[in-house]
Amino acid sequence: MNFQSIIRVAFRALVRNKMRALLTMLGIIIGVSAVIAMVSIGQGAQASVQAQIEGMGTNLLFVSAGAQNVGGVRGGAGDAGGANTLQPEDLDAIKREVPSVALVSPSVNSRVQLVAGNLNWSTQVQGVSDGLPGIRNWNVQSGEFFTESDVRTAARVIVLGQTVADNLFPGVDPTGQTVRVTNLPFRVVGVMARKGQDPQGRDQDDLAFAPFTAVQKKLLGTTRLPVAYVSAVSADATYTAQVQITELLRQRHKLTASEPNDFTVRNMSDVAEAANETNSTMTILLGCIAGVSLLVGGIGIMNIMLVSVTERTREIGIRMAIGARSSAVRTQFLIESIVLSLTGGIVGIVLGVSVSLAIPALLGWQTLVSPASIVGSAVFSAAVGIFFGYYPARKAAALDPIDALRFE
Amino acid sequence: MQATVEIRPEVIQASAAAFAQKTEARTVISLEHVHKTYTMGDVEVHALRGVSLAIREGEFVAIMGTSGSGKSTTMNIIGCLDRPTRGTYVLDGDDVSRLSKDERADIRNRKLGFVFQGFNLLSRTSALENVELPMLYANVPTEERRERALEALRSVGLAGREQNHPNQLSGGQQQRVAIARALVNRPTLILADEPTGALDSRTSVEVMEIFQRLNRERGITLVLVTHEADIAAYADRVVVFKDGRIKRDSPVESPRDAAEELKNLPPVEAEEEEDEL
Repeated sequence: MNFQSIIRVAFRALVRNKMRALLTMLGIIIGVSAVIAMVSIGQGAQASVQAQIEGMGTNLLFVSAGAQNVGGVRGGAGDAGGANTLQPEDLDAIKREVPSVALVSPSVNSRVQLVAGNLNWSTQVQGVSDGLPGIRNWNVQSGEFFTESDVRTAARVIVLGQTVADNLFPGVDPTGQTVRVTNLPFRVVGVMARKGQDPQGRDQDDLAFAPFTAVQKKLLGTTRLPVAYVSAVSADATYTAQVQITELLRQRHKLTASEPNDFTVRNMSDVAEAANETNSTMTILLGCIAGVSLLVGGIGIMNIMLVSVTERTREIGIRMAIGARSSAVRTQFLIESIVLSLTGGIVGIVLGVSVSLAIPALLGWQTLVSPASIVGSAVFSAAVGIFFGYYPARKAAALDPIDALRFE
Repeated sequence: MQATVEIRPEVIQASAAAFAQKTEARTVISLEHVHKTYTMGDVEVHALRGVSLAIREGEFVAIMGTSGSGKSTTMNIIGCLDRPTRGTYVLDGDDVSRLSKDERADIRNRKLGFVFQGFNLLSRTSALENVELPMLYANVPTEERRERALEALRSVGLAGREQNHPNQLSGGQQQRVAIARALVNRPTLILADEPTGALDSRTSVEVMEIFQRLNRERGITLVLVTHEADIAAYADRVVVFKDGRIKRDSPVESPRDAAEELKNLPPVEAEEEEDEL
């Protein structure tokens, strides 16, 4: 019996019981589409975290005052414990003396009220240097970012995030306008490009940038420098930069070998790795749950195939009497179960991909359909067919033609 | 059994040529001291207790006996569905008692055609596809399969019914589909197990007419299992089984001629019409 006729016979047997075939396939359809949808959600989350981290620059390093690892006393995160170990001179030295460092920008943040005309908006003003657009991979959409001389002179200039611009200057280009920051007039020199939400749903455009010198002197009245962003010349150079910065700062702070760091240097790949690990754990978990439903679908197929073998005992007897070998009978039933599961798998793939494509529109989650999950589901559903179809098929092939013909 | 062959000339109503062919015919089936024992729990059931039987090519043999006489077991052994516990069975030169399951399947496919009491057609499958089925397992190419199936259906008078499913056919028509299916792989032997058991008397005559025609015109060897004496009377040799042994093996003096009988039967247009529905 050639392959083509085997497939045809299998299809015909399934078409005879359309409703049953459909219900049987439903298990596989749901299983496969669930696997694809779940994996695509997981991978989407992973991709968006990745994109956010890349958006910040994979070559990004954080240098913060205070140490993270001193028994929790100082908390480590820069401004928390009031550590004042990071000086503007340190940053200048990093920029000057560490060859693997490209750009350096401090970050002095203040939550303030901005007023323009009769509109006001409370937001975070980040005091940074002119290196920030390069470090964060983030450019102005209109106007310009402030310059090095603005930083040196602590000029009262400000660059608004899109959300701030929209709320203070609806329908107007804010460039050249004035906003009052806690009663001090700042000149708007530019508006940042829109970044949208981060994966946690926070608005990344709800902020404003000003020269860190101006923020320190005019808004906060302090010289403290809690955190600085540093970008390495390339992603590969981040580790070197991290080591060299640590060395340089230890030298400058005159720390002896036994003293712990009074600052912290972290790189983004640490952060990225942690985020990735969480996400891939989630992806695997979701995939496993979906995989269980695929398994249940497979058991459904086995159940139906067993029923089918009993029901068609007479047919098997007839086929054997007129010369079908056991292997031909076994192949026939095996192919039937594979056709069931594979058809279910294909429908499931179509459904799963459609769901994955619909999720961003419906729920606002990013999804990423991976070819691996499609190929995997197709292979897995065929394997389910073989695995769960083999036992019933073997049972059919082992029937004795005399008994089978006598079966009522 | 030698005697059977010798008396043969008087009983054959076929042409002289066919007669000559038959006397020289080779042995198709040869059972020698065949025993079959089934074990049911602790009890041993002796279904056959030493059966020897030779059937030559072109013979039309009826096997008779009550239930439990061993005729069905003999039928299963002749049909290569079962193997003797002891003794040998040679079919067309092959010692079936030594063949594997697959080899016996191949023999059933190529050398045997089965016709059953309950027709045993695949339901929800057209007549044409039912007839094609044995060729599917013989790897006959699609085109040839179709042609031969159509030809076989024509030869049993079912031209125009090719696409009908069994439930759209009368009992007689279903049995004719089964005969076409048995014929289509050009078997050496057709085995019919109570082929008229589920049919009314007129349809039975019609089916027997086909068997007789196949036997006479094509020289197909026929073995017919029946418990009805008047059906056995269409054969030209009757073997009677009792208690697992052959009780009687004798030629039929003057076999019934189904074609003649059909001519004398009143036409049954109305009944045929009913079948159409």
